[in-house]
This record gives sequence, C-alpha cells and structure tokens, in this order.
Amino acid sequence: MPNETTNDQRSSTSHQSTALLAGVTAPDFTLKSTPDQTVKLSDFRGQPVVLAFYPADWSPVCGDQMALYNELLPEFQRFHAEVLGISVDGIWCHLAFAQSRKLRFPLLADFEPKGAVARAYGVYRSADGTCERALFVIDAQGTIRWSYVSPVGVNPGADGILAALEALTVNTVTT
Amino acid sequence: MTRQSAGSKLTPPVSERDRIQGPPTASVTLVEYGDYQCSYCGAAYPVVKELQARLGDRLRFVFRNFPIATMHPYAEHAAEAAEAAGAQGKFWEMHDALFENQDTLTDHDLVQHAVTLGLDAARVASELTEHTHAARVHEDFMSGARSGVNGTPTFFINGLRHDAAIDLETMLAALEERR
Repeated sequence: MPNETTNDQRSSTSHQSTALLAGVTAPDFTLKSTPDQTVKLSDFRGQPVVLAFYPADWSPVCGDQMALYNELLPEFQRFHAEVLGISVDGIWCHLAFAQSRKLRFPLLADFEPKGAVARAYGVYRSADGTCERALFVIDAQGTIRWSYVSPVGVNPGADGILAALEALTVNTVTT
Repeated sequence: MTRQSAGSKLTPPVSERDRIQGPPTASVTLVEYGDYQCSYCGAAYPVVKELQARLGDRLRFVFRNFPIATMHPYAEHAAEAAEAAGAQGKFWEMHDALFENQDTLTDHDLVQHAVTLGLDAARVASELTEHTHAARVHEDFMSGARSGVNGTPTFFINGLRHDAAIDLETMLAALEERR
C-alpha cells in the first residue's frame, strides 16, 4: 500500500515531537467554536475528522494555511471529512480571524484551561505558550490514522491530509 | 541549503498540457503555482522575468493556476481569462498583462486586456461567462494541493518544492544548484 508507506514515513520523519501517532485513540474533547456553541470530537463518529493545530490566529503562515483548507473544503467533503482548526486563542479572536479570512469551518478555542487539548495530543509548546503546527487525520471510529508535525514556520500544505483521507477510503473498501 | 519537506513532489510532472516557456532541453525547470490577485505573486513576477533573462535557454518556466478564490474574488476569473487567451495562442501575453496590472482585474478589465492584446475579446468574454476554462484551472489547483502547494506563490525546481526565500539571489542559487 504505497500511501501507507508514505504516511508512516511522514509521521516519523517530522522533527522530534511527542505528538500522538497513528493507531492511538484520539483523545475526546469539548471546546467552544462560538461564544455559545461547543464542538465535541466524538460527535463526529462515523466520519473522518481533520484536526489542524496551529500556533496563532493572524500570524502570516497560519493565515495561508487556513485559507488553503478553506479553499479545499469541497475536496474534504468528498471524503465526508470535517475540518477543525484549533489554537489557544480565545473565541472572540477566532471569530474576528474567521470573519476576516471568510473561513467556512470551525476554529476551536483551546483556551481554558489553556492548551489542555494540545497537551493531550502531545503538541503543546510550553516554551512559548502556543501549540505546534500539527495535523491529525482521525477515522470514523475515532482512531488517529495519520499525524504530522511541521516545523512551526512552515505551512504543511494539504497533500498529506488528502493522501491520508484517500488511504482511509481505500482501507474501508478493502476491509 | 534548500529545505524540502516530505511529499512536496510535483504531481503530475510537467507535460504537454502545461503552459511552458523555454525549451524542453533546458537543464532546469521552474514551476510556479500562482494567483493573479496575490500581491506576493505580483512581487515574484519580476524575479521570474529576471531569472529567465539571466538563464536563457537553460531555464524552462511553467505556470499553473492556484487561485485562492475566497480571499481573492478576482483570482478565479483572471486565471480563466489567461487560459482563454491561451486558447487563442496568447497565454503568456495575458499572464504578463495580469501581473503588470494587478489592480485592474474585474471582468470588464479582463475583456479590456483581451482587446489590448488583439484577441477576440467577445470570445474571451463569453468563455468567462460560460466558465469554459474553469475545469482546467481546477485541475491545476488540485495538482497543486496534491503536490504540497501551501500558499501562493509556491515554486518547484525540477519537481521539488522550493521552501527558501523568493528573491533573485536565493532563487538563482537554487536553480544553479540543481542545474
């Protein structure tokens, strides 16, 4: 399975990190997506979830990264995948950022207790109080099937996510 | 030292379907994924021109569309207009006109550019309305997403993503290194 080989290599060749790896059950969480709405990971059982941790709203690289995922939403929807952005920024900051970038997917506030979800996934950066630029593709049963931690200044793009989603589809068909 | 991340390989490779400047015998191929409304692409445009001037026939340059349409409302139609010009044999003339006039990209402006370039402007206008070239632009976009394009502009040198700075000196050194 060429896809799987590539994906495994990507997880292991990313720089030293404590990020959860493929095969692990994705820790459940409930976070705010708007001032009065919450999102619970396990509510998405039955469909894949792309969890995109990023260091901060407004930083130039993140802007591009979220804009790219926004542009690719129709493609992610072909896999019935839900995309969730997540950072330690507060909900009002997320709202302003999402509005300015016209984002059409939720940004979750890992704000209180700060970075708790990032810690659970092994991608909190305690030195600067933000999280890594980390991607997790979670399958319909809630298991992490691919993870990748990018150097914090490098936008990881979407090729890894698309390949991982495709591998999920292939595996579903063959098993 | 050129940084390159896993999976950042140009897919599909350059082929006859592409918009190409420079001979197939060139020792180095530079591919740009770009958005006509993106100011960073506008800034990279003269850099590419200078690289072409300096390297001459040793360089082959390819442009693929990567419009970030939700952020840049004119980008999609601008890309389609360049392809419409391409259908009349003047892709690069329109490509240059768009990057040299990034503040005039409304549908009206696009048709004006077609007039200036001596194209059948009515045909360009109707192809924009009918989205004749949208499928090709989307094909470019998806190939970029698959190849690790992470914003615009993204460059590939001989098929590998260029993650370093996009200035003349850095790009020239990167191209010389791969030649």
